[in-house]
Amino acid sequence: MAEHQHAHIEHPDMYDPESSKIGMWLFIFTELLLFGGLFIVYSVYRYLNADAFHLAAEELNTFIGAFNTVILLVSSMTIAMSTTALQKGHKKVAIALLVITFLIGIGFLVNKYIEWGVKFSHGIWPGSEQMLNEMSQGEILFFGLYFVMTGLHALHIIVGLIIMGFAMRGVANGKVNAKRPSLLDNCGLYWHLVDLIWIFLFPLFYLIH
Amino acid sequence: MSEDKHHHIVPYRLYVIVLVALLALTFASIGITSIELGEYTVAAALLFAVIKSVLVLTYFMHLKYDKPYIKLMVAFVFAIFVVVIVITFLDYLYRV
Amino acid sequence: MHTTNAVNGANYLTYQGKYKGLLGWIFSTDHKRIGLLYLYSIATMFATGVLLGLAMKFELLAPGKTIMDAQTYNATFTVHGVIMIFMVVVPGLPAVFGNLMMPIMIGAKDVAFPKLNLLSWWLYIAGVVLVLCALLFGSGTPDTGWTFYAPYSFKTGTNLLPAVFGAFVLGFSSILTGLNFLVTIHRLRCPGMKWTKLPLFVWTLYGTAWIQLLATPVVGITLVLVALERVFGVGVFDPALGGDPVLYQHLFWIYSHPAVYIMILPAMGAISEIIPTFSQKHIFGYKAIIASTLAIAFVGYLVWGHHMFTAGMSGTAQYYFSLLTFIVAIPSAIKVFNWISTMYKGSINIQTPFYWAVSFIFVFMVGGLSGLVLGALATDIYVHDTAFVVAHFHYIVFGGTGFAFFAAMHYWFPKIFGRMYDKAWANIGWLVFFIGFLALYSPMFYLGMMGMPRRYYDYLEEFHGGNILSTLGSWVLVTGFIIIVVNLVRSARKGPPAEMNPWHSKTLEWTVTSPPPVLNFEKEPVLGEKDGPYNYD
Repeated sequence: MAEHQHAHIEHPDMYDPESSKIGMWLFIFTELLLFGGLFIVYSVYRYLNADAFHLAAEELNTFIGAFNTVILLVSSMTIAMSTTALQKGHKKVAIALLVITFLIGIGFLVNKYIEWGVKFSHGIWPGSEQMLNEMSQGEILFFGLYFVMTGLHALHIIVGLIIMGFAMRGVANGKVNAKRPSLLDNCGLYWHLVDLIWIFLFPLFYLIH
Repeated sequence: MSEDKHHHIVPYRLYVIVLVALLALTFASIGITSIELGEYTVAAALLFAVIKSVLVLTYFMHLKYDKPYIKLMVAFVFAIFVVVIVITFLDYLYRV
Repeated sequence: MHTTNAVNGANYLTYQGKYKGLLGWIFSTDHKRIGLLYLYSIATMFATGVLLGLAMKFELLAPGKTIMDAQTYNATFTVHGVIMIFMVVVPGLPAVFGNLMMPIMIGAKDVAFPKLNLLSWWLYIAGVVLVLCALLFGSGTPDTGWTFYAPYSFKTGTNLLPAVFGAFVLGFSSILTGLNFLVTIHRLRCPGMKWTKLPLFVWTLYGTAWIQLLATPVVGITLVLVALERVFGVGVFDPALGGDPVLYQHLFWIYSHPAVYIMILPAMGAISEIIPTFSQKHIFGYKAIIASTLAIAFVGYLVWGHHMFTAGMSGTAQYYFSLLTFIVAIPSAIKVFNWISTMYKGSINIQTPFYWAVSFIFVFMVGGLSGLVLGALATDIYVHDTAFVVAHFHYIVFGGTGFAFFAAMHYWFPKIFGRMYDKAWANIGWLVFFIGFLALYSPMFYLGMMGMPRRYYDYLEEFHGGNILSTLGSWVLVTGFIIIVVNLVRSARKGPPAEMNPWHSKTLEWTVTSPPPVLNFEKEPVLGEKDGPYNYD
């Protein structure tokens, strides 16, 4: 809606990589605090229901969690490499690395789908009969938080994939290049944020039993 | 407000090294939490997570090459979050 | 308009972009137009909130049912709170005057991300519409109070979800504005505009933006949890499922207490611009004001628990929160001393903005000191949930932020519209408004001390006298408000053309034409060694 005849009057070209970078970091701060609120809830309820949390964590499949951790870390590396490739002017390498990252992101979601599917087939979902009748209050809280936190994280993966789609398009048509890399850089920062949050989610849900 | 100096290009090799370190830490944290450590399990798992996140922030997120004020902001945000958790626990730890 | 701009022969009000008419406004990325969009939308919401407040006061004119029953009264104070907090005072000064003036004050052409800025306004409107949906459709207007406390918020049968979601969207709008301002202040200051030469209004916006950024997401996720609780029964705050409702209060106030500072900091900033201008004197203790601004922002983030002294917190937490509450009063007091000292031996030019600023200091002091009564554990337990609390926060939020908003409005009006208002009517409006304000809220201190609880549509016969005075005050206040609005609206269209710098101020926005040109400056300003925002000597 903006790039038209008068665009130059209302939109002086204000491209400034430093501004974009700070802007992205500030946004990451709000995301950290968003998850931060959940981590507060988690830590309080864990403190109040330590035994139930241990018991409930047994239900989670450490292998799937670990597998997702590994592939997410790899994807973080590939997207970081993609920014290097772009700066070196290797456009095709940059795109290839983005595609790999994108596919890993999809893979993560598929695993998550399978993992949640297994829980659902065992009758475990927020407000389910099984949970309300057979579980202790601590376990209900654990699974409530498990679904909310991993769900919100998965939502962020999806948003990250969408941003990555735009970054790929930009790199492909040359609008994102070694001189104007901000979109790809910020896409990378966002993806690392998603990774960062998972680094804490994984031990807190899968390893503590 | 002078323009920034040339963008620092991080070599591929460094990213690979960081990834190897992150994977090693991941497996180490799985290993250590499978041992019965009692109350220290949580502490151990969190310690590994903190080391991993520092690696991600420093190298993957380029903080090592950023200006000091960005590092300062990031440190501040993490610090204030820790403070908020501690204050919240002033309530829960001392409830009668 | 009387002044023209050499670049394209138009100022930001008359400039013709790609779209004509209304579309040229609602799709404009010009920070000044966005500021005016916020002004009009916030003014509309404010008027709505005032009407609801007026209705509540009318209900309290006599004991028993006067015009509404208990349920309607509950809904009325809920909607009044949601509108006034989330749609008026939180965005208030930053979104209106921050957008209109901040980029000019730092010598920039626009904010760092103009399109994001427009998106913030659209999100604001979306949030407003969502909340209105909660009011008009579904199974009844929300009745939980603006705090959405658990477990009411998932037990009530009213249409709460859209209101909660609307508050979430409004929070997102607020975050994006804060983000934009932070980057703008970091990156777009003109040459020579060092951090130590930044006008104080900009400094307070900087502190505010940090709080917006770091506190708002916490309430965002809390509201999401409430929504999930209602829809899926996650159990996080439901005592029947093991949840702790007090934890909801913690999370809610982790945002909502800093939100008070989101409201008051830019208000203090606007006052810090007005006092030196009308004293024609350098601000006293420039660096002390900056330090106190940052101290308020930081310490204010860590005192949320003083809203929960009677909620069942541990004694340790209560001592801690009470202590820090007293500490946060210190930087606020420092600012008051600075303003007073600035006036001392200045050549004071008494104009409407100055009246507003001085009355701001008065009501802010009363509000702040009554806050200490609430921050002390023993006295808080006595007056908690009484009319005393209502009086306190209206003195701060309405008396503080509201008065500063009107001060800023009368201060920057000639710059914004290029026309001057009728000063006599503006002064009359202020006087009537001020008297109405005092009559409306002062009796509530007394009523609260005597034990009249808040949030009831009814009261005992013994509280009748104070309530009559309070209701009469609300009528006087609204009369004053109407005088002010009519005067400003008339003057914006027909007032005499304003000079470039009618108040002889030293900040950069007064060096451009009134109203400012589209890109603010014909040539990028450069600050010399001796230039500064308050160098009057």
